[in-house]
Amino acid sequence: MRSFTYARAASAADAVGRAGASGTAFVAGGTNLLDLMKADVLRPEGLVDISRLPLDRIEETAEGGLRLGALARNADTAYDERVQTRYPMLSKAILAGASAQLRNMATNGGNLLQRTRCYYFYDTATPCNKREPGSGCGAIGGVNRIHAILGASDRCIAVHPSDLCVALAALDAVVQVTGPDGERSIPFADFHRLPGDRPEIDTVLRPGDLVTAIDLPAKGFAEHSTYLKIRDRASYAFALVSVAAGLELDGGTVRDARLALGGVAHKPWRDPEAEAALVGKPATPDRFRAAARVLLRDAKGHEHNSFKIELAERAIVRALTEAAERKGAPRP
Amino acid sequence: MAQLKASLRPAPAPPPTPIPVTLNVNGVERTLHLAPWTTLLDALRLHLDLTGTKKGCDHGQCGACTVLVDGRRINSCLTLAAMQDGRKVTTIEGLTTGDALHPLQEAFIEHDAFQCGYCTPGQICSAAGLIAEGKASTDDEIRELMSGNLCRCGAYPNIVAAIRQAMATAAPKAEGAP
Ligand SMILES: Cc1cc2nc3c(=O)[nH]c(=O)nc-3n(C[C@H](O)[C@H](O)[C@H](O)COP(=O)(O)OP(=O)(O)OC[C@H]3O[C@@H](n4cnc5c(N)ncnc54)[C@H](O)[C@@H]3O)c2cc1C
Ligand code: SF4
Repeated sequence: MRSFTYARAASAADAVGRAGASGTAFVAGGTNLLDLMKADVLRPEGLVDISRLPLDRIEETAEGGLRLGALARNADTAYDERVQTRYPMLSKAILAGASAQLRNMATNGGNLLQRTRCYYFYDTATPCNKREPGSGCGAIGGVNRIHAILGASDRCIAVHPSDLCVALAALDAVVQVTGPDGERSIPFADFHRLPGDRPEIDTVLRPGDLVTAIDLPAKGFAEHSTYLKIRDRASYAFALVSVAAGLELDGGTVRDARLALGGVAHKPWRDPEAEAALVGKPATPDRFRAAARVLLRDAKGHEHNSFKIELAERAIVRALTEAAERKGAPRP
Repeated sequence: MAQLKASLRPAPAPPPTPIPVTLNVNGVERTLHLAPWTTLLDALRLHLDLTGTKKGCDHGQCGACTVLVDGRRINSCLTLAAMQDGRKVTTIEGLTTGDALHPLQEAFIEHDAFQCGYCTPGQICSAAGLIAEGKASTDDEIRELMSGNLCRCGAYPNIVAAIRQAMATAAPKAEGAP
């Protein structure tokens, strides 16, 4: 790693104040930032350690939901009894990611802000618009098996690697932020960006912004939901495609539906039209397939990743079928 | 050539002053003065001569560097020593009691759960963390919750058997409280 200075933040306000200096980065669990610093991809001049700020609690909200502290560890979040019973898809998504050791270190805030696993982003000898704006994209025309099929641009076809975020997108979570301009709440769907012509910017956060919490609304789809992750091995690999699915059923009819995909785009992918295609319809594989086709209507493969389009369709059907069958729901 | 290359690089920034870091390592309080970028792994191996903890990939992918911090298993390569200031670190060297091996160490020997042995300290520390977490009861659950520890010799079946045995001996102790 390159030389840098280290300071521990005394409070959230202190952290925001210190992060104002350019070249400064927060470190929480360190599992993504230190990895990228070792690879010389990120070169902060100063680290502000926020890991001991008292933002590690999981609390009830006035609206009947849960507030997940930005510094609560991924493992503690996944194993929290309230999360497990009220938001099982979230617990399952977290436990599908990384390893037990990493989940003990990784924080919820850090997970949101982890960078892509695109090989070229990590390899400083190759061009990459995300790492070095304007240098080109190594993945377009290169090896792009793990890359995006939706929402990509001609500058960048990277995907966001998080599992947690896919469930948060499906649940309509809200990100709480404090920064130099005060506090604000960001709906999850607006938190991550598409690459467009500025692929170096992953989220709508501004310099100095600190994520303090993630709020889950009361509705957790506990009865009928799942998280399905498809990867190259049984455990400990990033998703090729993942699906967070939640259904509200009335008999065999869908009353409400949530569907978010991971591993396919620069952000967790949701499509209101695909969800609308499920509502009011019977919970059957045919209808699930029709919704999947709506969601994937604009999907575009590259040389090595076109398989993801059919994989995504099948994964959606399987995830929705599993969600519908949970808790002894009437079989379609 | 090396000189020419060096002259093309920007002058390195002066090293920041070392920071004092106090760790309780295997029951002994140790105060070190470390450059900020010293990982917990490097502090253990290079500054405290505790070379039982291994550096495998140095990127959190292999698990060879697994240690327990305040009883929880973590990858010591992806955290700075300074971030763990004041905490209790247990490494493979700290699992024994006097000359008596830890039940996991006994079980690994009994089940031949290693060949080259490089991943073993990390496997054992990780397994100690897994048993303390109490989330695994079946072999499949052991496999899933040990997936952060790779073994290039492929001793996996014996590792699972060793952990299963150590778990069985640990369980009555945990529930044995009056
Ligand atoms: C081998 C390996 C396998 C992995 N596999 C998976 C996987 O399968 N699925 C998955 O989802 N993830 C996976 N991960 C990624 C892991 O989940 C992330 O590294 C982790 O969640 C990052 O959290 P952290 O607290 O360690 O972040 P850090 O590394 O500390 O920080 C990451 C970034 O977030 C910023 N940041 C952190 N907290 C805040 C905050 N509160 N406000 C503002 N900015 C903040 C930091 O400045 C930094 O830029 C894997 C990681 C590794 C090393
Ligand atoms: S896909 Fe994005 S991250 Fe990957 S090389 Fe291209 S610009 Fe960089």
